[in-house]
Amino acid sequence: MSTKLFGEPVQRREDPRLLTGQGRYVDDLGAGALEVAFVRSPHAHARIRDIDVSDALDVEGLVAIYTWEDLPTLLAQPLPLLIPHPALTHGRTAYPLARDVVRHVGEPVVMVVARDRYLAEDVCALIQVDYELLKPVVGVEEAAQSAQLVHEDVPDNVGAHLIQEVPSADGLDARELIETAPHTLTFRLDIERSASMPLEGRGVYARWDADDRSLRVYSSTQTSTSVRMAIAAKLGLPLPKVEVIAPDVGGGFGVKIVHPWPEEVLVPWAAMLLGHEVKWTEDRREHFVSSAHERAQVQFVRVGFDDDGRVLGLDVNILHDHGAYTPYGIIVPIITSTQLLGPYKIGAYRVEFSSIYTNTVQVTPYRGAGRPQGVFCMERTMDHIAEYLGADRTAVREINFIQPDEFPYDQGLIFQDGRPLIYDSGDYPESLRLLKELIGWDGFPALKAQAAAEGRRIGLGIGCYVEGTGVGPYEGGHVQITSDGRVHVSTGLTSQGQGHETVFAQIAAAELGVPMERVSVVTGDTRRFGYAVGTFASRAAVMSGNAIALACRKVREKALRIAAEALEADPRDLEIIDGEVRVVGSPGASIPLATVAVLSNPLRYAFDSETARATQFAGASSFDRPPVEAGEEPGLEGRDYYSPIRSTFASGMHAAIVETDSLTAEIRILRYAVVHDCGNLINPMIVEGQIHGGVAQGVGGALYERMVYDDHGQLLNASFMDFLMPYATEIPSIETAHLETPSPLNPLGIKGAGEAGVIPGSAVIASAIEDAEGIRIDKMPISPSELFDLRRAATG
Amino acid sequence: MHEITLTVNGMIRQVEVPGRRLLSDCLRHDLGLTGTHVGCEHGVCGCCTVLLDGEPVRSCLTFAVTVDGHDITTVEGLAARDGTMSPVQRAFGECHGLQCGFCTPGFLCTVTALLRENPAPTEQEVLEGISGNLCRCTGYQNIIKSVHRAAEIMAEERRADADSEQPGEEIV
Repeated sequence: MSTKLFGEPVQRREDPRLLTGQGRYVDDLGAGALEVAFVRSPHAHARIRDIDVSDALDVEGLVAIYTWEDLPTLLAQPLPLLIPHPALTHGRTAYPLARDVVRHVGEPVVMVVARDRYLAEDVCALIQVDYELLKPVVGVEEAAQSAQLVHEDVPDNVGAHLIQEVPSADGLDARELIETAPHTLTFRLDIERSASMPLEGRGVYARWDADDRSLRVYSSTQTSTSVRMAIAAKLGLPLPKVEVIAPDVGGGFGVKIVHPWPEEVLVPWAAMLLGHEVKWTEDRREHFVSSAHERAQVQFVRVGFDDDGRVLGLDVNILHDHGAYTPYGIIVPIITSTQLLGPYKIGAYRVEFSSIYTNTVQVTPYRGAGRPQGVFCMERTMDHIAEYLGADRTAVREINFIQPDEFPYDQGLIFQDGRPLIYDSGDYPESLRLLKELIGWDGFPALKAQAAAEGRRIGLGIGCYVEGTGVGPYEGGHVQITSDGRVHVSTGLTSQGQGHETVFAQIAAAELGVPMERVSVVTGDTRRFGYAVGTFASRAAVMSGNAIALACRKVREKALRIAAEALEADPRDLEIIDGEVRVVGSPGASIPLATVAVLSNPLRYAFDSETARATQFAGASSFDRPPVEAGEEPGLEGRDYYSPIRSTFASGMHAAIVETDSLTAEIRILRYAVVHDCGNLINPMIVEGQIHGGVAQGVGGALYERMVYDDHGQLLNASFMDFLMPYATEIPSIETAHLETPSPLNPLGIKGAGEAGVIPGSAVIASAIEDAEGIRIDKMPISPSELFDLRRAATG
Repeated sequence: MHEITLTVNGMIRQVEVPGRRLLSDCLRHDLGLTGTHVGCEHGVCGCCTVLLDGEPVRSCLTFAVTVDGHDITTVEGLAARDGTMSPVQRAFGECHGLQCGFCTPGFLCTVTALLRENPAPTEQEVLEGISGNLCRCTGYQNIIKSVHRAAEIMAEERRADADSEQPGEEIV
């Protein structure tokens, strides 16, 4: 493979259109479409007694009003439970429009279609819904102890309960080992809710072609293929009659992997019923109360260790708040409980979680997807052990590291893909060495003392993680070289800003030996590629990247075979350079790929001089063989899939130096350092950008972002005025270093990079604040006023 | 309904809008200029920033009728007439100052105004200058780099213009 493109910081193909206002996001499409607005529940828990639309009927521009009672049989069912799991004994999903009971503020109750959104909202304001208020269940601990139920048929509000145990090498379990360990610590950790919060909310736009009886849907989704299947199933349409396109998507970060959202089935249904294009664009308040949140967990930790800090047994009990419904199953707590182990080998491990219903917005993956909580748990544990022993925090980590010669390393658990949690490769000691060097770990005590002498408080924190990326089951790629020499690449998964058009073009150009300008890439369009899983879990580069590489290799092989015949050469003597197949060492003996593409498709009809070369009187190579030989297909194209036996494990370590104001307790990050290992880099510029963005979300989660529910289940900060996402002024300059430990599992040796940056954020910042203050930081995010209160409590 | 006249990206546009029509919706849905994005509808995220008589404003907090007769520049109007991207646009591309691109039009408008006022901003001035715009993808590192790079490109172009004017004077 040419090294010229793979691994280079190639400029993005996406940018010219996005920089000039020519992007196509869902709400940019469908001028003239009817628009939808929803009446959503203002209550966290209530029974619907009556819906009165009489006042609303006179609004000029009103087209239709729908409630649950109007829905056809298939749509009137609860939405799918996407990821069933044996431990999810009481999985519950919402109806597209509420039936009888609403279980969180923001649940859709009535759908209104009108000439435009302003009018649709006018109508919504005039619809009277009579609610009988029920007692809301808010807060995971409250819910776990409450007699009040979120779902009448779910006892104790427990949706799922799972215990996983990994005994020690000598068969002892974690609890036994903790009891007999030289030292034990017991503590509790808390993480509050946050959310993906992409700047573009969700959106759906549907066109029904009544003549063709086919449906085209544009959705701001992370999985167009699966949305398509869900729509076909829910609307009772033949799959080939439904196409779903994820156009430009203004950020996802996890929330848009959930599907089908109520709106994703209701809007197409309305379009079919009304015989008119229909569109819905989520507004920001809707996004806060009607999409999904993540993070909230309470963790009870007990750890036993020896004099060197070696962890002999770890016992973690997690209360996970999954909100009102479980469409995405228990993926988040599964990831927390498995990825918690990070780069460490633990004597014996026991983890138990209860996934609990509350009358709040449902919880589904947000970038990191349970890992930030797991890493927070493990890294706090490491820091607490170090503090107890009076040891350096990196020394305690180092003694527990899995060593480079121990890969593949089996953690003895089942990961989120239902397959064994076996780490493929990594070099954790080297990562730590790089990180210590980057942040100046060993020189920090002197710096701290110097700051103290000036009356300033600074602290250094660290956080290490391992991230399972590139989960299956599969992705595919299709590559076609047309007779103009252009290369058309498509893959089914979607893009939300990761630069897939660029990196996949880099891979295809390098594999095929063509200039990158000739390669175009389409993602997330079921018209081009119908089989896919989606873009989540840092999987796009690993899955589709490898699938496209494999498809290119098929096409390359075919091109060489055809060219060999034309050039009367051995395929093994051929190379493809700059879009031309050449005989190695024979200048002049060459044939452009465009011509190979022509020759690959025997024609009866010519449409230009180039294609005339493939017509039937242009001279057949042999009268004894058919024009398309058995086992061959016309055209210079290929399709292949990549389906890994299991995930590939990226890793990284972050360190930060913070300063806390001795008077106001204001927390400022002075430096933030990242060492990151995602195997071979396809485009370092893009990987770096992914890390930057992740770190910013990590900082947001550590210091600013939380969902504030009151006892009534009202989300008090459902706007950008009150939910504090970091601006440029809150994000420090990020220093990065890369380690490239290739994955042995896939042809390109790559690992995922999308989520990495966010994962250790809360762990690192808590560690740094604790170092600055000498006060235990076990609850994140932390605000200056909370730190202020902690100080007061500490000084009595 | 009110008939208003706006000069948008140098073109005079007449449009009939209800009094409550937001400028963002007017640009996007009445005039088809969908490059201006709406991220929060309450003036915090800055995605909808456009230039009103050269000054950055939140088009989601502006009623279209209130800017009757005014001059508006949207992201579609930042490039030169021949399609050459402006220095700010080019710098964002060069420095990977965008990922999903949704906040980008707002940043481009903000930064265009910022650099016109202050052609060589310091690090702190850049931070302050873009502190009214949210980005959820980039972590701002490359946006900050892009602003400095745009300032550099503009300075280079000013120098090049000044140089090319020299022979012109000789002819006169």
